[in-house]
Amino acid sequence: MKLINLYSLIPMAPLLASVFIGLFGRKLPKQLSHIIPIFGVFVSLLISLYALYISVNGYVFNENLFRWITVGQYDLKIGFLIDNLSAIMMVVVSFVSLMVHIYTIGYMRDDSGYSRFFSFISLFTFAMLMLVMSNNFLQLFFGWEAVGLVSYLLIGFWYQKPTAIHANMKAFLVNRVGDFGFLLGISLILFWFGTLDYYEAFSRINSLSNQNVVLFNQSLSLMTLISILLFIGAMGKSAQIPLHVWLPDSMEGPTPISALIHAATMVTAGIFMISRMSPIIELSDTALSFILIIGSLTALTMGILGIFQNDIKKVVAYSTLSQLGYMTIALGVSSYSLAIFHLFTHAFFKALLFLGAGSVIIGMHHDQDIRNMGNIKKYMPITWITFLIGTLALVGMPFFSGFFSKESIIDAVKLSNHFGSNFAYFCSVAGVFITSLYSFRLYLLVFHGKENWKKNNTSKSIAHHGLKSNQNPHESDWVVTVPLILLAIPSVIIGYLLINQVITTDLINKTVFIASGHDAFLNLADHFHGALSMSIHGFLTLPFWLMVAGFFTAYFIFYKKYIRLTAPKFINTIINARYGFDTLNEKVLAPLVLFFGNILWKFFDIKIIDNILVNGTARLINIFSQTTKKIQTGYVSQYAFFMVLGLLGFASFFIIGWIK
Amino acid sequence: MIVTLSHYLFLAGILFSISILGIFLNRKNIILILMAIELMLLAVNINFIAFSYYLGDLAGQVFVFFILTVAAAESAIGLAIIILIFRNYQSIDVADINRLKE
Repeated sequence: MKLINLYSLIPMAPLLASVFIGLFGRKLPKQLSHIIPIFGVFVSLLISLYALYISVNGYVFNENLFRWITVGQYDLKIGFLIDNLSAIMMVVVSFVSLMVHIYTIGYMRDDSGYSRFFSFISLFTFAMLMLVMSNNFLQLFFGWEAVGLVSYLLIGFWYQKPTAIHANMKAFLVNRVGDFGFLLGISLILFWFGTLDYYEAFSRINSLSNQNVVLFNQSLSLMTLISILLFIGAMGKSAQIPLHVWLPDSMEGPTPISALIHAATMVTAGIFMISRMSPIIELSDTALSFILIIGSLTALTMGILGIFQNDIKKVVAYSTLSQLGYMTIALGVSSYSLAIFHLFTHAFFKALLFLGAGSVIIGMHHDQDIRNMGNIKKYMPITWITFLIGTLALVGMPFFSGFFSKESIIDAVKLSNHFGSNFAYFCSVAGVFITSLYSFRLYLLVFHGKENWKKNNTSKSIAHHGLKSNQNPHESDWVVTVPLILLAIPSVIIGYLLINQVITTDLINKTVFIASGHDAFLNLADHFHGALSMSIHGFLTLPFWLMVAGFFTAYFIFYKKYIRLTAPKFINTIINARYGFDTLNEKVLAPLVLFFGNILWKFFDIKIIDNILVNGTARLINIFSQTTKKIQTGYVSQYAFFMVLGLLGFASFFIIGWIK
Repeated sequence: MIVTLSHYLFLAGILFSISILGIFLNRKNIILILMAIELMLLAVNINFIAFSYYLGDLAGQVFVFFILTVAAAESAIGLAIIILIFRNYQSIDVADINRLKE
């Protein structure tokens, strides 16, 4: 079997499963609705592991499968580029997807849309694999839009909930803003480079690296323009400020997709894309600083919001935003390997946290308010242990996977000399404290303390969900706990195992380009003396002590409630308004767009297009025919008269011509 | 006075013009239209015979016989149509038969 055919099975297997279950799932026995997609994703995972094996052994696969479109001089193809970067992404996507597939059996058991859900998540797996395996910009964009579509479908999976419909519309619209920038970036690449193939485009960079373009009468480096436009696309998909507003709302969807799409895979597509574009991004210091500052802002401010959330999923969602900020910081200091490494470890522990949160939600009978939880460790031991592991990985406890990736990013920021790296260093170090604070607050309030659902408080009676005061949660099924355990294992060990390869042996670094002078990552390798010494040294660093401080702050303020903090009113307002991004969007931007839309609608659509062009044509024809129909009297003699008149006319025409 | 070809042609022209005027000035009777068409054919016949005589070619006169036959058949069909029209409309007034515009 040729390698290309084998590789094309990777996206095809989930696609076929999705189409089959989507069309026939409701008529088939319920077991088939999960057996077929799980088998499809399992096939993808196996081949992805094989692809990773081949690629780690040094073979970069880049072939076109078929020609998709030929337009003029442009030849647009479908093809696969499998190097370490895409192979790692493929393994992450298919592994987390497989875990989520299995978990879904338990989580969605009684849902009427059981087979529809499986069809959607398999379709998502297909789209995400197409995105990461692509060897050209067009296929990347196809996957990019397809994951956006499936995200839309899945956020609004419970389409009878008005909040879910609002959330999926919001996600879709905000992503359109980002995608518009992305599309412009791709168009510029097609225009200047004349190709959409990655390698061909990158090979033509040298002749264009000093090219300037004129935009609004300002001369601007072409590479800066392209980089920033591409990054705007990444900002939409990877939820960076100010395009982050859709991600907290997307928690309206079922928890398995929050784990798969809005934590582990789709939201990291932007990080992956920027790493893939490193030969372009690296040529623009302006764009790198822009990326760095946006990432820093996201990492810090979104973490702070996480402290004040009471919905268990919202806390994890803000934590995801903050961690995406860390990945973006890593991109901004040219340490693409570290961004991908953090993406890799984050995918495991964040999927674990989300699935653990989902397991708690099942136990609490779909009550998501952490104020109604407490002491769940007694009833759900497996969920408790795995959630604790996820939390420790997230806060960066030495020896856990998150420690290696986050600590490396902070070190790289410290070594970087990009504009804005001091600010980024402050944000990323302060972010460690914040991360620890909200993570332990969540962990302590959910798993320790008093059993708050036994108190009869009002928020439960409104929600129609939740346990009655005489009920107790019980541990979820094995289909839920097995994925938790399988995700907990890499959350602990994967960082320790891979940090050496990532930093010193160029596991990912050889697939990206780092311009000379941007050597934060290279300097990092000089300071690195093995995973063990890094972990031990980790106990002495500032981030570790900030993390411990975060734990004690959470313990004393939110758990024991020794200190009652009363924040000034304006801070409360800012936090409750989530810095006002939603207000800005809903009160200023949306009305502004509506205003212009109304003008265009009332003037151009109704007046010009409808009235003048469409109805005007009809009216003109009507007037014309009303006039000309008067010729038709119905009298034979008149018809004969016109015939003779015409005959006379022709005769005179020829006779006059003949005489001349 | 010597009768020349142009005299015949004038006669035929006048006849033809009269028949055309007969068709479209006539607002009353559909039979008049039929008669005017017959008159047109006769005008053409006169042309044929005149040219046949002056050019010494008998083919023209042979044609006249054909035309007469066809004209007879045509007027028979025309009268049949008129009878049918009368049966449907109870009139052969041209002004009543204007359903073509619908």
